Amino acid sequence: MSPRPIDPSVLRVDDDGVTLLGGWSPSSGLRHFPASPVCPFTGADDIEPLDLPRSGTVWLHTTVTVAPPGYLGPVPYGLGIVELDGDPMLRVVSRLSGDGLARGAPVHLEGEELPGPDEEPSVTWVFRT
Amino acid sequence: MSEVRITGVGLHPFGRFGELTGTAMGVTAVRAALSEAGLAAGDVQAAFCGTAYGGVASGHRVLSALAGTGIPIYDVEAGCASGGAALQLGAASIASGQYDRVLVFGVEKMPKGIIRSSFFAPWQEAAGLSPAPAFFALRAQRLLADTGLTADHLAQVVVKNRRHGIANPDAMFRKAVTAEEVLASRMICPPLTLFMLCSPNEGAAAVVLERSRDGVHLAGISLRSHLPGSVLGEDSPLCGIDDTSIDPPTRLAARDAYAQAGLGPDDLDVVECQDTDAARELLAWAELGLCPDGGQADVLARGDAEVGGRLPVNPSGGLLSKGEPLGASALGQVVELVRQLRGTAGDRQVDGARVGLAHVIGRGANACVTVLTT
Repeated sequence: MSPRPIDPSVLRVDDDGVTLLGGWSPSSGLRHFPASPVCPFTGADDIEPLDLPRSGTVWLHTTVTVAPPGYLGPVPYGLGIVELDGDPMLRVVSRLSGDGLARGAPVHLEGEELPGPDEEPSVTWVFRT
Repeated sequence: MSEVRITGVGLHPFGRFGELTGTAMGVTAVRAALSEAGLAAGDVQAAFCGTAYGGVASGHRVLSALAGTGIPIYDVEAGCASGGAALQLGAASIASGQYDRVLVFGVEKMPKGIIRSSFFAPWQEAAGLSPAPAFFALRAQRLLADTGLTADHLAQVVVKNRRHGIANPDAMFRKAVTAEEVLASRMICPPLTLFMLCSPNEGAAAVVLERSRDGVHLAGISLRSHLPGSVLGEDSPLCGIDDTSIDPPTRLAARDAYAQAGLGPDDLDVVECQDTDAARELLAWAELGLCPDGGQADVLARGDAEVGGRLPVNPSGGLLSKGEPLGASALGQVVELVRQLRGTAGDRQVDGARVGLAHVIGRGANACVTVLTT
Protein backbone atom coordinates (compact mmCIF):
# COMPACT_ATOMS: atom_id res chain seq x y z
CA MET A 1 0.00 0.00 0.00
CA SER A 2 1.27 3.45 -0.87
CA PRO A 3 2.22 5.28 2.30
CA ARG A 4 0.91 8.59 1.00
CA PRO A 5 -2.30 9.70 2.75
CA ILE A 6 -4.89 11.41 0.58
CA ASP A 7 -4.52 14.39 2.92
CA PRO A 8 -1.87 14.37 5.66
CA SER A 9 -3.96 16.58 7.93
CA VAL A 10 -6.80 14.06 7.93
CA LEU A 11 -5.15 10.68 8.31
CA ARG A 12 -1.79 9.07 9.02
CA VAL A 13 -0.50 5.94 7.29
CA ASP A 14 2.20 3.91 9.04
CA ASP A 15 3.02 0.37 10.16
CA ASP A 16 -0.17 0.33 12.23
CA GLY A 17 -2.27 1.01 9.13
CA VAL A 18 -4.36 4.16 8.87
CA THR A 19 -5.27 6.44 11.76
CA LEU A 20 -7.87 9.20 11.65
CA LEU A 21 -6.42 12.42 13.05
CA GLY A 22 -9.00 13.98 15.33
CA GLY A 23 -8.98 16.61 17.99
CA TRP A 24 -10.29 16.88 21.53
CA SER A 25 -11.24 19.92 23.56
CA PRO A 26 -10.97 19.29 27.32
CA SER A 27 -13.15 22.31 28.12
CA SER A 28 -16.01 21.22 25.87
CA GLY A 29 -15.39 17.52 26.41
CA LEU A 30 -16.01 16.87 22.71
CA ARG A 31 -14.03 15.05 20.03
CA HIS A 32 -14.01 16.15 16.41
CA PHE A 33 -12.63 15.14 13.00
CA PRO A 34 -10.46 16.15 11.25
CA ALA A 35 -8.42 18.03 13.84
CA SER A 36 -9.12 21.75 13.80
CA PRO A 37 -7.58 24.66 15.75
CA VAL A 38 -11.06 25.36 17.13
CA CYS A 39 -13.73 22.90 18.32
CA PRO A 40 -16.28 22.95 15.47
CA PHE A 41 -19.13 22.46 17.95
CA THR A 42 -18.34 25.01 20.67
CA GLY A 43 -15.62 27.33 19.41
CA ALA A 44 -13.30 26.30 22.25
CA ASP A 45 -9.63 26.57 21.30
CA ASP A 46 -8.01 24.28 23.89
CA ILE A 47 -7.53 21.58 21.27
CA GLU A 48 -5.36 18.53 21.79
CA PRO A 49 -4.59 16.08 18.98
CA LEU A 50 -6.42 12.77 19.29
CA ASP A 51 -5.97 9.55 17.33
CA LEU A 52 -9.56 8.41 16.84
CA PRO A 53 -10.79 4.87 17.60
CA ARG A 54 -10.48 2.36 14.77
CA SER A 55 -13.87 0.82 15.45
CA GLY A 56 -17.46 1.89 15.61
CA THR A 57 -20.96 1.08 14.37
CA VAL A 58 -22.86 2.05 11.25
CA TRP A 59 -25.50 4.76 11.80
CA LEU A 60 -26.57 5.44 8.21
CA HIS A 61 -25.41 4.10 4.88
CA THR A 62 -26.06 4.42 1.17
CA THR A 63 -24.35 3.48 -2.08
CA VAL A 64 -22.86 5.89 -4.59
CA THR A 65 -23.57 4.56 -8.09
CA VAL A 66 -22.44 7.54 -10.19
CA ALA A 67 -18.86 8.85 -9.91
CA PRO A 68 -19.02 12.39 -8.52
CA PRO A 69 -16.88 15.19 -10.03
CA GLY A 70 -13.22 14.93 -9.04
CA TYR A 71 -13.47 11.24 -8.12
CA LEU A 72 -11.46 8.73 -10.15
CA GLY A 73 -12.00 5.59 -8.06
CA PRO A 74 -14.38 2.69 -8.72
CA VAL A 75 -18.19 2.84 -8.48
CA PRO A 76 -20.36 1.72 -6.86
CA TYR A 77 -19.01 2.32 -3.39
CA GLY A 78 -20.55 2.52 0.04
CA LEU A 79 -20.85 5.83 1.86
CA GLY A 80 -22.27 6.48 5.26
CA ILE A 81 -21.89 7.68 8.79
CA VAL A 82 -20.14 5.74 11.53
CA GLU A 83 -20.54 6.31 15.25
CA LEU A 84 -17.03 5.81 16.62
CA ASP A 85 -16.48 3.87 19.79
CA GLY A 86 -15.98 5.90 22.96
CA ASP A 87 -17.77 8.82 24.56
CA PRO A 88 -19.17 11.32 23.94
CA MET A 89 -20.75 10.47 20.61
CA LEU A 90 -18.76 11.33 17.50
CA ARG A 91 -20.18 10.56 14.06
CA VAL A 92 -17.88 10.61 11.03
CA VAL A 93 -18.58 10.47 7.30
CA SER A 94 -16.82 7.52 5.73
CA ARG A 95 -16.61 5.16 2.82
CA LEU A 96 -18.13 1.84 3.88
CA SER A 97 -17.43 -1.66 2.67
CA GLY A 98 -18.18 -5.29 3.41
CA ASP A 99 -21.19 -7.55 3.78
CA GLY A 100 -24.07 -6.91 6.14
CA LEU A 101 -23.99 -3.12 6.19
CA ALA A 102 -26.92 -2.11 8.38
CA ARG A 103 -27.69 0.28 11.20
CA GLY A 104 -25.75 -0.84 14.26
CA ALA A 105 -23.38 -3.14 12.38
CA PRO A 106 -19.88 -3.11 13.90
CA VAL A 107 -17.19 -1.82 11.54
CA HIS A 108 -13.43 -1.34 11.71
CA LEU A 109 -11.06 1.10 10.06
CA GLU A 110 -8.90 0.16 7.10
CA GLY A 111 -6.92 1.94 4.41
CA GLU A 112 -8.08 2.03 0.80
CA GLU A 113 -5.95 3.03 -2.16
CA LEU A 114 -7.51 5.54 -4.56
CA PRO A 115 -6.26 8.08 -7.09
CA GLY A 116 -5.58 11.33 -5.22
CA PRO A 117 -6.44 14.83 -6.45
CA ASP A 118 -3.25 14.70 -8.57
CA GLU A 119 -4.37 11.29 -9.97
CA GLU A 120 -1.41 9.55 -8.25
CA PRO A 121 -2.10 6.69 -5.81
CA SER A 122 -3.01 7.72 -2.31
CA VAL A 123 -4.59 6.17 0.76
CA THR A 124 -7.95 7.13 2.19
CA TRP A 125 -10.00 5.47 4.90
CA VAL A 126 -12.88 3.02 4.82
CA PHE A 127 -14.89 1.38 7.59
CA ARG A 128 -15.47 -2.29 6.85
CA THR A 129 -17.83 -4.79 8.43
CA MET B 1 -41.97 44.52 6.85
CA SER B 2 -45.36 46.22 6.94
CA GLU B 3 -44.69 48.38 3.89
CA VAL B 4 -42.68 46.05 1.65
CA ARG B 5 -44.81 44.94 -1.29
CA ILE B 6 -44.11 42.93 -4.42
CA THR B 7 -45.42 45.00 -7.30
CA GLY B 8 -44.10 42.98 -10.22
CA VAL B 9 -42.84 39.49 -10.96
CA GLY B 10 -41.22 37.90 -13.99
CA LEU B 11 -39.83 34.53 -14.93
CA HIS B 12 -37.76 32.93 -17.61
CA PRO B 13 -38.90 29.28 -17.76
CA PHE B 14 -36.71 26.71 -16.01
CA GLY B 15 -35.19 24.08 -18.30
CA ARG B 16 -32.34 23.72 -20.80
CA PHE B 17 -31.89 26.37 -23.45
CA GLY B 18 -28.75 25.56 -25.41
CA GLU B 19 -26.60 28.60 -26.12
CA LEU B 20 -28.94 31.09 -24.46
CA THR B 21 -26.94 32.91 -21.77
CA GLY B 22 -27.86 33.41 -18.15
CA THR B 23 -27.75 37.14 -18.84
CA ALA B 24 -30.36 36.79 -21.59
CA MET B 25 -32.62 34.78 -19.28
CA GLY B 26 -32.15 37.38 -16.57
CA VAL B 27 -33.10 40.14 -18.98
CA THR B 28 -36.34 38.32 -19.85
CA ALA B 29 -37.32 37.87 -16.22
CA VAL B 30 -36.36 41.39 -15.15
CA ARG B 31 -38.16 43.06 -18.05
CA ALA B 32 -41.33 41.13 -17.24
CA ALA B 33 -41.16 42.11 -13.56
CA LEU B 34 -40.47 45.78 -14.33
CA SER B 35 -43.29 45.80 -16.87
CA GLU B 36 -45.79 44.50 -14.31
CA ALA B 37 -44.66 47.18 -11.87
CA GLY B 38 -44.90 49.86 -14.57
CA LEU B 39 -41.22 50.74 -14.18
CA ALA B 40 -38.09 50.98 -16.31
CA ALA B 41 -34.73 49.63 -15.19
CA GLY B 42 -33.62 53.20 -14.46
CA ASP B 43 -36.45 53.62 -11.93
CA VAL B 44 -35.14 51.19 -9.30
CA GLN B 45 -32.69 52.40 -6.67
CA ALA B 46 -30.75 49.18 -6.11
CA ALA B 47 -30.56 45.64 -7.46
CA PHE B 48 -29.84 42.35 -5.73
CA CYS B 49 -28.94 39.34 -7.88
CA GLY B 50 -28.87 35.79 -6.53
CA THR B 51 -26.56 33.37 -8.33
CA ALA B 52 -24.25 30.54 -7.34
CA TYR B 53 -22.56 29.67 -10.62
CA GLY B 54 -23.13 32.86 -12.66
CA GLY B 55 -19.62 34.20 -12.20
CA VAL B 56 -18.30 37.69 -11.65
CA ALA B 57 -20.80 40.55 -11.93
CA SER B 58 -23.78 38.46 -13.06
CA GLY B 59 -26.22 41.10 -11.89
CA HIS B 60 -24.28 43.88 -13.56
CA ARG B 61 -24.41 42.05 -16.88
CA VAL B 62 -28.20 41.89 -16.75
CA LEU B 63 -28.61 45.55 -15.82
CA SER B 64 -26.00 46.62 -18.37
CA ALA B 65 -28.12 44.96 -21.04
CA LEU B 66 -31.08 47.04 -19.83
CA ALA B 67 -29.20 50.35 -19.52
CA GLY B 68 -30.05 50.15 -15.84
CA THR B 69 -26.61 50.59 -14.29
CA GLY B 70 -25.46 53.44 -12.10
CA ILE B 71 -27.33 52.08 -9.08
CA PRO B 72 -25.75 49.76 -6.51
CA ILE B 73 -25.86 46.16 -7.79
CA TYR B 74 -25.19 43.34 -5.35
CA ASP B 75 -24.50 39.75 -6.36
CA VAL B 76 -25.54 37.39 -3.57
CA GLU B 77 -24.44 33.78 -3.18
CA ALA B 78 -25.93 31.47 -0.55
CA GLY B 79 -26.12 28.11 -2.35
CA CYS B 80 -29.68 26.98 -3.06
CA ALA B 81 -30.89 29.91 -0.93
CA SER B 82 -29.10 32.55 -3.06
CA GLY B 83 -32.32 34.08 -4.39
CA GLY B 84 -33.83 34.07 -0.92
CA ALA B 85 -30.78 35.82 0.48
CA ALA B 86 -31.05 38.46 -2.27
CA LEU B 87 -34.75 38.92 -1.47
CA GLN B 88 -34.04 39.24 2.25
CA LEU B 89 -31.43 41.94 1.61
CA GLY B 90 -33.71 43.76 -0.82
CA ALA B 91 -36.61 43.69 1.62
CA ALA B 92 -34.40 44.88 4.47
CA SER B 93 -33.14 47.78 2.36
CA ILE B 94 -36.72 49.01 2.01
CA ALA B 95 -37.82 48.20 5.56
CA SER B 96 -34.82 50.15 6.90
CA GLY B 97 -35.84 53.22 4.91
CA GLN B 98 -32.74 53.14 2.71
CA TYR B 99 -34.68 52.64 -0.53
CA ASP B 100 -38.27 52.81 -1.76
CA ARG B 101 -37.99 50.65 -4.86
CA VAL B 102 -35.56 47.80 -5.59
CA LEU B 103 -35.14 44.97 -8.04
CA VAL B 104 -34.37 41.42 -6.88
CA PHE B 105 -33.60 38.71 -9.40
CA GLY B 106 -31.80 35.41 -9.78
CA VAL B 107 -30.06 33.85 -12.75
CA GLU B 108 -28.45 30.46 -13.27
CA LYS B 109 -27.15 28.29 -16.07
CA MET B 110 -25.86 24.97 -14.76
CA PRO B 111 -24.37 21.85 -16.33
CA LYS B 112 -26.15 18.48 -16.21
CA GLY B 113 -25.42 15.84 -13.60
CA ILE B 114 -23.94 16.02 -10.12
CA ILE B 115 -22.94 19.60 -9.45
CA ARG B 116 -19.24 20.34 -9.04
CA SER B 117 -18.80 22.85 -6.30
CA SER B 118 -15.78 24.74 -5.03
CA PHE B 119 -17.29 23.94 -1.62
CA PHE B 120 -15.20 20.78 -1.16
CA ALA B 121 -11.42 20.38 -0.89
CA PRO B 122 -9.92 18.45 -3.84
CA TRP B 123 -8.89 15.57 -1.55
CA GLN B 124 -12.48 15.17 -0.36
CA GLU B 125 -13.71 14.91 -3.95
CA ALA B 126 -10.94 12.40 -4.76
CA ALA B 127 -11.92 10.31 -1.72
CA GLY B 128 -15.53 10.15 -2.95
CA LEU B 129 -16.78 12.10 0.05
CA SER B 130 -18.47 14.94 -1.85
CA PRO B 131 -21.50 13.69 -3.84
CA ALA B 132 -24.56 15.74 -2.94
CA PRO B 133 -27.06 12.96 -3.79
CA ALA B 134 -25.36 10.68 -1.26
CA PHE B 135 -25.81 13.21 1.52
CA PHE B 136 -29.43 13.68 0.43
CA ALA B 137 -29.76 9.89 0.60
CA LEU B 138 -28.32 9.68 4.10
CA ARG B 139 -30.80 12.32 5.28
CA ALA B 140 -33.52 10.30 3.60
CA GLN B 141 -32.33 7.10 5.31
CA ARG B 142 -32.53 8.81 8.66
CA LEU B 143 -36.02 10.16 7.93
CA LEU B 144 -37.23 6.69 6.98
CA ALA B 145 -35.59 5.09 10.03
CA ASP B 146 -36.93 7.72 12.44
CA THR B 147 -40.50 7.90 11.13
CA GLY B 148 -41.32 4.56 9.54
CA LEU B 149 -41.86 6.28 6.20
CA THR B 150 -40.89 4.16 3.22
CA ALA B 151 -39.64 4.56 -0.34
CA ASP B 152 -43.31 4.42 -1.39
CA HIS B 153 -43.92 7.67 0.48
CA LEU B 154 -40.94 9.27 -1.28
CA ALA B 155 -42.42 8.16 -4.59
CA GLN B 156 -45.79 9.71 -3.68
CA VAL B 157 -44.11 13.11 -3.30
CA VAL B 158 -42.67 12.82 -6.80
CA VAL B 159 -46.05 11.74 -8.22
CA LYS B 160 -47.73 14.74 -6.56
CA ASN B 161 -45.21 17.33 -7.74
CA ARG B 162 -44.96 15.96 -11.26
CA ARG B 163 -48.76 15.97 -11.50
CA HIS B 164 -48.78 19.61 -10.39
CA GLY B 165 -46.06 20.41 -12.93
CA ILE B 166 -48.27 19.41 -15.84
CA ALA B 167 -50.20 22.65 -15.34
CA ASN B 168 -47.07 24.83 -15.19
CA PRO B 169 -45.91 26.04 -18.62
CA ASP B 170 -42.64 27.25 -17.05
CA ALA B 171 -41.63 23.79 -15.74
CA MET B 172 -39.05 21.51 -17.37
CA PHE B 173 -40.96 18.24 -16.85
CA ARG B 174 -44.67 18.34 -17.65
CA LYS B 175 -45.52 14.65 -17.73
CA ALA B 176 -47.17 12.64 -14.97
CA VAL B 177 -45.29 9.70 -13.47
CA THR B 178 -46.57 6.76 -11.46
CA ALA B 179 -45.15 5.59 -8.16
CA GLU B 180 -44.08 2.41 -9.91
CA GLU B 181 -42.13 4.42 -12.50
CA VAL B 182 -40.48 6.49 -9.77
CA LEU B 183 -39.39 3.41 -7.85
CA ALA B 184 -38.23 1.63 -11.01
CA SER B 185 -36.17 4.56 -12.31
CA ARG B 186 -32.41 4.28 -12.00
CA MET B 187 -31.14 3.89 -8.43
CA ILE B 188 -28.74 6.77 -7.74
CA CYS B 189 -28.11 6.51 -3.98
CA PRO B 190 -30.51 4.27 -2.02
CA PRO B 191 -33.26 5.05 -1.21
CA LEU B 192 -33.21 7.82 -3.85
CA THR B 193 -33.92 6.94 -7.46
CA LEU B 194 -33.35 9.26 -10.42
CA PHE B 195 -36.96 10.50 -10.42
CA MET B 196 -36.72 11.37 -6.71
CA LEU B 197 -33.93 13.89 -7.41
CA CYS B 198 -34.36 17.29 -9.04
CA SER B 199 -32.26 18.33 -12.02
CA PRO B 200 -29.91 21.27 -11.87
CA ASN B 201 -30.78 23.42 -14.89
CA GLU B 202 -31.21 26.96 -16.19
CA GLY B 203 -33.59 29.83 -15.62
CA ALA B 204 -34.22 33.24 -14.14
CA ALA B 205 -36.79 34.93 -11.91
CA ALA B 206 -37.31 38.51 -10.82
CA VAL B 207 -39.43 40.57 -8.44
CA VAL B 208 -39.84 44.31 -7.88
CA LEU B 209 -40.13 45.38 -4.25
CA GLU B 210 -41.61 48.74 -3.33
CA ARG B 211 -42.65 50.66 -0.28
CA SER B 212 -46.27 50.70 -1.28
CA ARG B 213 -49.85 49.96 -0.28
CA ASP B 214 -50.43 47.93 -3.45
CA GLY B 215 -49.14 44.54 -4.38
CA VAL B 216 -48.50 41.32 -2.50
CA HIS B 217 -47.29 41.93 1.04
CA LEU B 218 -43.87 40.55 1.98
CA ALA B 219 -44.99 39.83 5.51
CA GLY B 220 -41.92 37.97 6.75
CA ILE B 221 -38.58 36.76 5.49
CA SER B 222 -35.66 35.16 7.29
CA LEU B 223 -32.36 33.70 6.16
CA ARG B 224 -30.64 31.46 8.69
CA SER B 225 -27.55 29.27 8.56
CA HIS B 226 -26.97 26.00 10.41
CA LEU B 227 -26.12 25.67 14.06
CA PRO B 228 -23.01 23.55 14.58
CA GLY B 229 -23.27 19.86 15.38
CA SER B 230 -25.28 17.82 12.91
CA VAL B 231 -23.32 15.58 10.57
CA LEU B 232 -26.38 15.61 8.28
CA GLY B 233 -26.49 19.41 7.96
CA GLU B 234 -26.51 20.87 4.45
CA ASP B 235 -23.07 22.26 5.26
CA SER B 236 -21.87 18.64 4.72
CA PRO B 237 -19.35 18.43 7.56
CA LEU B 238 -17.18 15.34 8.04
CA CYS B 239 -18.25 14.84 11.64
CA GLY B 240 -21.05 15.55 14.04
CA ILE B 241 -22.34 14.97 17.55
CA ASP B 242 -25.75 13.98 18.93
CA ASP B 243 -28.05 16.41 17.10
CA THR B 244 -31.41 15.51 18.58
CA SER B 245 -31.73 18.91 20.29
CA ILE B 246 -30.16 21.01 17.53
CA ASP B 247 -32.72 22.91 15.45
CA PRO B 248 -32.04 22.73 11.69
CA PRO B 249 -31.85 26.08 9.85
CA THR B 250 -35.30 25.65 8.30
CA ARG B 251 -36.88 25.60 11.77
CA LEU B 252 -34.89 28.70 12.75
CA ALA B 253 -35.88 30.62 9.62
CA ALA B 254 -39.52 29.52 9.83
CA ARG B 255 -39.78 30.63 13.45
CA ASP B 256 -38.43 34.08 12.50
CA ALA B 257 -40.62 34.48 9.42
CA TYR B 258 -43.81 33.39 11.20
CA ALA B 259 -43.06 35.83 14.04
CA GLN B 260 -42.46 38.72 11.66
CA ALA B 261 -45.71 37.98 9.85
CA GLY B 262 -47.66 37.37 13.06
CA LEU B 263 -48.85 34.13 11.47
CA GLY B 264 -48.32 30.42 11.93
CA PRO B 265 -48.52 27.23 9.92
CA ASP B 266 -52.29 27.01 10.46
CA ASP B 267 -52.74 30.31 8.61
CA LEU B 268 -51.11 29.12 5.38
CA ASP B 269 -53.08 28.48 2.20
CA VAL B 270 -50.26 27.45 -0.13
CA VAL B 271 -46.59 26.44 0.24
CA GLU B 272 -43.64 26.17 -2.12
CA CYS B 273 -40.83 24.22 -0.43
CA GLN B 274 -37.41 22.83 -1.26
CA ASP B 275 -37.76 19.44 -2.93
CA THR B 276 -34.22 18.92 -4.15
CA ASP B 277 -35.11 15.33 -3.41
CA ALA B 278 -38.37 13.78 -2.31
CA ALA B 279 -37.22 13.28 1.27
CA ARG B 280 -36.18 16.94 1.53
CA GLU B 281 -39.82 17.95 0.96
CA LEU B 282 -41.06 15.57 3.66
CA LEU B 283 -38.45 16.91 6.09
CA ALA B 284 -39.51 20.46 5.25
CA TRP B 285 -43.14 19.70 6.08
CA ALA B 286 -42.16 18.91 9.65
CA GLU B 287 -39.50 21.62 9.95
CA LEU B 288 -41.97 24.27 8.73
CA GLY B 289 -44.60 23.04 11.19
CA LEU B 290 -47.00 21.87 8.47
CA CYS B 291 -47.27 18.51 10.22
CA PRO B 292 -45.83 16.87 13.33
CA ASP B 293 -42.57 14.93 13.08
CA GLY B 294 -43.57 11.62 11.59
CA GLY B 295 -46.94 12.95 10.46
CA GLN B 296 -46.01 12.99 6.77
CA ALA B 297 -47.62 9.64 5.98
CA ASP B 298 -50.98 10.93 7.19
CA VAL B 299 -50.65 14.08 5.07
CA LEU B 300 -49.92 11.95 2.03
CA ALA B 301 -52.75 9.53 2.76
CA ARG B 302 -55.26 12.38 3.06
CA GLY B 303 -54.00 14.16 -0.05
CA ASP B 304 -53.63 17.35 2.00
CA ALA B 305 -50.63 18.58 0.00
CA GLU B 306 -52.32 18.20 -3.39
CA VAL B 307 -53.83 21.13 -5.26
CA GLY B 308 -57.41 20.83 -4.02
CA GLY B 309 -56.23 19.50 -0.64
CA ARG B 310 -56.14 21.24 2.73
CA LEU B 311 -52.70 22.85 2.23
CA PRO B 312 -51.25 22.40 -1.26
CA VAL B 313 -47.45 22.13 -1.35
CA ASN B 314 -45.52 22.89 -4.51
CA PRO B 315 -48.43 23.64 -6.83
CA SER B 316 -45.82 24.85 -9.35
CA GLY B 317 -44.59 21.26 -9.57
CA GLY B 318 -41.66 22.05 -7.30
CA LEU B 319 -38.04 21.61 -8.23
CA LEU B 320 -38.83 17.99 -9.12
CA SER B 321 -40.84 19.33 -12.10
CA LYS B 322 -39.14 22.66 -12.72
CA GLY B 323 -35.52 21.69 -12.11
CA GLU B 324 -33.30 23.80 -9.91
CA PRO B 325 -31.41 26.81 -11.27
CA LEU B 326 -29.88 27.66 -7.88
CA GLY B 327 -29.90 31.45 -7.97
CA ALA B 328 -33.38 31.58 -9.50
CA SER B 329 -35.16 28.80 -7.63
CA ALA B 330 -36.14 30.72 -4.49
CA LEU B 331 -37.45 33.66 -6.50
CA GLY B 332 -39.25 31.24 -8.81
CA GLN B 333 -41.17 30.07 -5.73
CA VAL B 334 -42.01 33.67 -4.87
CA VAL B 335 -43.20 34.34 -8.42
CA GLU B 336 -45.46 31.28 -8.13
CA LEU B 337 -46.87 32.40 -4.79
CA VAL B 338 -47.52 35.95 -6.04
CA ARG B 339 -49.50 34.50 -8.93
CA GLN B 340 -51.36 32.21 -6.53
CA LEU B 341 -52.20 35.12 -4.22
CA ARG B 342 -53.31 37.23 -7.17
CA GLY B 343 -55.49 34.36 -8.35
CA THR B 344 -53.75 34.17 -11.73
CA ALA B 345 -52.14 30.74 -11.46
CA GLY B 346 -54.35 29.17 -14.11
CA ASP B 347 -55.04 25.44 -13.97
CA ARG B 348 -52.95 25.03 -10.82
CA GLN B 349 -54.70 27.84 -8.90
CA VAL B 350 -55.23 27.17 -5.19
CA ASP B 351 -58.72 28.47 -4.54
CA GLY B 352 -58.87 31.49 -2.29
CA ALA B 353 -55.13 31.57 -1.53
CA ARG B 354 -54.36 34.56 0.71
CA VAL B 355 -51.25 33.45 2.66
CA GLY B 356 -48.27 31.68 1.09
CA LEU B 357 -44.92 30.41 2.32
CA ALA B 358 -41.75 29.82 0.30
CA HIS B 359 -38.82 27.77 1.59
CA VAL B 360 -35.35 26.95 0.32
CA ILE B 361 -32.39 25.22 1.94
CA GLY B 362 -29.05 24.28 0.51
CA ARG B 363 -25.28 24.28 0.38
CA GLY B 364 -23.66 26.01 3.27
CA ALA B 365 -26.85 25.11 5.12
CA ASN B 366 -28.56 28.40 4.41
CA ALA B 367 -32.33 28.26 4.78
CA CYS B 368 -34.68 31.04 3.71
CA VAL B 369 -38.37 31.18 4.61
CA THR B 370 -40.64 33.85 3.14
CA VAL B 371 -44.26 34.54 4.11
CA LEU B 372 -46.45 36.44 1.63
CA THR B 373 -49.99 37.75 2.17
CA THR B 374 -52.52 39.46 -0.04
